[in-house]
Amino acid sequence: MTVADHPKCGAGGLGCEVLKNLALSGFTDIHVIDMDTIDVSNLNRQFLFRAADVGKPKATVAAEFVMRRVKGVTITPYYGAIQDKGPDYYMQFQLVICGLDSVEARRWINATLVDMVDPENQESLKPLIDGGTEGFKGQSRVILPTLSSCYECSLDMLTPRAAVPMCTLASIPRQPAHCIEWASILEWPRIMGDKKLDNDDPEHITWLYEKALERAKEFNITGVTYSMTQGVVKNIIPAIASTNAIIAASCCNEALKIITSCSPFMNNYMMYMGDEGVYTHTFEHEKKEGCPVCGTLATDYEASGEWTLDEFIERLKEKPDIQIKKPTLSTERRKLYYAGPPQLMEMTRPNLDKKLKDLMDSGEEVAITDPGLPFSLRLNVIFSK
Amino acid sequence: MLKIWSMKQQQAASNAEGGPKKKKVTAAQLRAQKDITELALPSTMRTNFPDPEDILNFTLTIEPDEGMYKGGSFNFTFAINQNFPHEPPKVKCTQKIYHPNIDLEGNVCLNILREDWKPVLNLNAVIVGLQFLFLEPNPSDPLNKEAAEDLRLTRENFKRNVKSSMQGGYIKNVQFDKVLK
Repeated sequence: MTVADHPKCGAGGLGCEVLKNLALSGFTDIHVIDMDTIDVSNLNRQFLFRAADVGKPKATVAAEFVMRRVKGVTITPYYGAIQDKGPDYYMQFQLVICGLDSVEARRWINATLVDMVDPENQESLKPLIDGGTEGFKGQSRVILPTLSSCYECSLDMLTPRAAVPMCTLASIPRQPAHCIEWASILEWPRIMGDKKLDNDDPEHITWLYEKALERAKEFNITGVTYSMTQGVVKNIIPAIASTNAIIAASCCNEALKIITSCSPFMNNYMMYMGDEGVYTHTFEHEKKEGCPVCGTLATDYEASGEWTLDEFIERLKEKPDIQIKKPTLSTERRKLYYAGPPQLMEMTRPNLDKKLKDLMDSGEEVAITDPGLPFSLRLNVIFSK
Repeated sequence: MLKIWSMKQQQAASNAEGGPKKKKVTAAQLRAQKDITELALPSTMRTNFPDPEDILNFTLTIEPDEGMYKGGSFNFTFAINQNFPHEPPKVKCTQKIYHPNIDLEGNVCLNILREDWKPVLNLNAVIVGLQFLFLEPNPSDPLNKEAAEDLRLTRENFKRNVKSSMQGGYIKNVQFDKVLK
């Protein structure tokens, strides 16, 4: 089987597994992006890396390793952040598999792929397969941008990072982690001022460790260690090799099914729980009405460049299918009109008398929020000739 | 891959004929826009945007018209990051004030700013929460232990200390910022 141009993001815990699976499944042209370098703590599960590779970029080392072992596969590494690349880069692929480590990066790739969908161009719809693991738990998900529920649709369902009340940290710490958090959240800014805490700087971690240790002594708490300090500050959840293998397998299965149409693909979310027995649950995330990324796809709106912004808003208010009363309008590069607070309203009011052509280009997207809208409305304002 | 596209066609998407795709407002930015423009602030509070082009960083002034902090003018900075509303806004008091739930560095102990934040909450909820701290300072969640202890022991003495701190006075060798309006 020959499959062209098929990327994945990440060459970390999930990434190593995914890359190996794809190559052995017969994918022949794979791209890999990862911004990290290899750390000695990765070696227990990120099996494409050896001790001699510590410090080198993960993407490059992973690509070379797999190409050496699997004949006939071409892997193109990119050492950098997914955000370095734009739609032109992602357009060359058939689908994207993500093994990312943050909500922020997932929101970014999701929004980018949803944005890329052009109804006139079949090639612009790139299925996104997102995998994630946290200790013994994991999940995989198939997102067909604009068609099925996207990552942003279910953002409200994410469990926020468990946080301890600030006053507990400040006055009644009970656990070693409370002392460490106190050191990083309260003590560092108090003593260091504006100096930014760098989680990857061993000197900074040592400072926190020593402060946390003193505080733990004061409150008769035991168990503060250097590695625990590192773990709490960087929010490290121990990665389990077998969880990564299971989730990566699911992701690659879905990729194979989507690319070859050999079998129906997952609809659309699977979670795996390996901490209390072995259990998976698959269900369909539904699209969210008014999702800020995919629920409000820009529709075209024909306007005259000669209209003033005020005229444009009045016409929008007359549209029976959208109920807006006090709209706020902006484009990616500027505020057009803000209905509040007073300072921003005053600042943007002069725009009301300006002509649309002096505020935006034809085809530019205008985002509109209004108390009457579930979330927002996006219009591609196209000037009639 | 063909099947997916036929699903797309069934969806009967509108035909776009606009020019090249322009950058879109990010979801975080859009949510902040909605929250900020739909703030319903009473006359005791106002926002200020030092850089009006940047809606993700602004200040809030609270001037309580009742309670022990009446007559003061309290400033907070709000910093919203690109992970909003998954992450709460970062809020700090810019003045050194005598308050059980606000420490001398300006950190604020408000549950919805940390452990109880949820993406369905909005900036209005945070602002109402901040105002509430001035009406009902809460000694059971202390960030400034001395102030909390003071409030718990003798409410009248605490009131006097608040008044003197707001005038720029000293309490236990710590000088507070003058915050009278």
